[in-house]
Amino acid sequence: MIWNEAKECMSRDEIEALQSARLVKVVNRVYHNVEYYRKKMQEVGLEPGDIKGIEDLDKLPYTTYADLRDTYPFGLAAVPRSELVRVHASSGTTGKPKVAVYTRRDIDIWAECVARCLAMAGITRDDIIQVGYGYGLFTGGLGAHYGAEYLGALVLPMSTGNTKKLIDMMIDCDVTAIACTPSYLLHVAEDLEKAGLVDKIKLKTAICGAEPWTDEMRDQMESRLHIKAHDIYGLTEMMGPGVACDCEHHKGLHIWEDHFLPEIIDPSTLKQLPKGSDGELVITNLTKEGMPLIRYRTKDLTSIEYDKCECGRTMARIQRFKGRSDDMLIIKGVNVFPSQVEAALLTIDGTTPHYMLVVDRVGNSDTLEVQVEVAEDTFTDEVKSLETLKKTIHDKLKMAIGLNAKVTLVAPNGLEHFDGKSKHVTDKRKLYQ
Amino acid sequence: MFVKQLSVFLENKEGRLDKVLKTLADGGINLLSASLADTTDFGVLRLLADDPDKAKAILKDAGFPSRIDNVIAVVVPDAVGSFAKVCAMIHEAGINISYIYGLSIDGEGTPIAIKTDNNDKVVEILNGAGVKMISPEELV
Repeated sequence: MIWNEAKECMSRDEIEALQSARLVKVVNRVYHNVEYYRKKMQEVGLEPGDIKGIEDLDKLPYTTYADLRDTYPFGLAAVPRSELVRVHASSGTTGKPKVAVYTRRDIDIWAECVARCLAMAGITRDDIIQVGYGYGLFTGGLGAHYGAEYLGALVLPMSTGNTKKLIDMMIDCDVTAIACTPSYLLHVAEDLEKAGLVDKIKLKTAICGAEPWTDEMRDQMESRLHIKAHDIYGLTEMMGPGVACDCEHHKGLHIWEDHFLPEIIDPSTLKQLPKGSDGELVITNLTKEGMPLIRYRTKDLTSIEYDKCECGRTMARIQRFKGRSDDMLIIKGVNVFPSQVEAALLTIDGTTPHYMLVVDRVGNSDTLEVQVEVAEDTFTDEVKSLETLKKTIHDKLKMAIGLNAKVTLVAPNGLEHFDGKSKHVTDKRKLYQ
Repeated sequence: MFVKQLSVFLENKEGRLDKVLKTLADGGINLLSASLADTTDFGVLRLLADDPDKAKAILKDAGFPSRIDNVIAVVVPDAVGSFAKVCAMIHEAGINISYIYGLSIDGEGTPIAIKTDNNDKVVEILNGAGVKMISPEELV
């Protein structure tokens, strides 16, 4: 079902005219209301009047995580504080999280974007949906929740952490749809199979996101649970989940171009690339009031297709993600930067900055092992103090990245070092095909 | 009276112990005693060697972190309760034993290495009680 046909099926000319008008407006808003953006534009000799439409997009400076860090927490807000109603956050490379702020209208638009995605996945007001994303600063829980309510579905805000209750209520309440991470859904599938309950569920649709997944995972979910699974994409900086989603034809993720202006750039030359090229996805908020970002570098590597989809929608489709142009890892849906681990380790006496993150997927769950070199001068003859060191590292990492890592102590020089710069990550999951 | 104990950090990986022992052998180090404290993913190998300082240097060059600590090597008579008496003396003085292990050294009685959180005081107590301790000279 198409939720908002007037928008989702606009002609390319109509889309571009709308984007141009909205781009001009948002550039004016950030120039006049956000000192940081005004300075950025002035530095490159730009005035709002220089931007007449999307053809001028590549004149505008990029926004990166560094800009969010420099203006933490509310320095990029484009409206007075009293207009803001919500804060969300996700992990940054070190220390401070990436914060996003929303006005009431932003929350409404977000809900509509998510509702469009749910409708695209075939979910309607007659569905009963469990939201299995975490509720809190993370955008997943509340984002999916508001979207599902906006659609008119009956929502069970399960959050995370209690699979047994999720399964019990899935059966008792005749739940027909679920929103959660793909790896979590496979975990649920496994538990359902073990308990012999697969034929007791009424589930028919899953809308999964917050981490990259593969066609093979989709095949598994669909065949094991007898459902249809859809991929929903988003990022806190732009809004949250619901920036894009794939329809029943699975030809890429339709991005809501009336709210988000996508482009592909070359991450090394930082030049905008022609339509259809492979490169880094950059997105501009066209309608966000609270904290509109201009040309935000997502660091996700992909390409975009613009031809009309068989589903009838004209909204461009983000193709399969091919990796990232930075070193961010997504582990159990949590964004992790190696630099966060490094910063945490440096606060602990007795470890050198030499470490290795080993990420794997065992069964359907991501695992993170952090191998840390024990310093020659702080190695002790007592097992107890080494065990204490391990525990300290575990706890510091838990605080820094929010994940329970398996900590392994290794001998100095036990890890590979490359030309003075250590390789810090081994990802065995093969998430990008 | 202490003896110098060499401890080596060992990752729980195939061939690690072998490599440490071979490194020491190649360096001409004679081992007098060996004990391994193991956990799920690492171990601490505790050695008495004829030249602990040289052994430490050799291991450092080979990339194995090690350190030297003083331990007390007591020899308890081969009789029921004799080691219990030693431990009781240490306990009564309010001193904690960090670890103990048996030494494979020939002679009368049973040689045992003890590491405590106050080795000096323990030596004083054991001396006063006439407990026999092995000197570094006797060891080699």
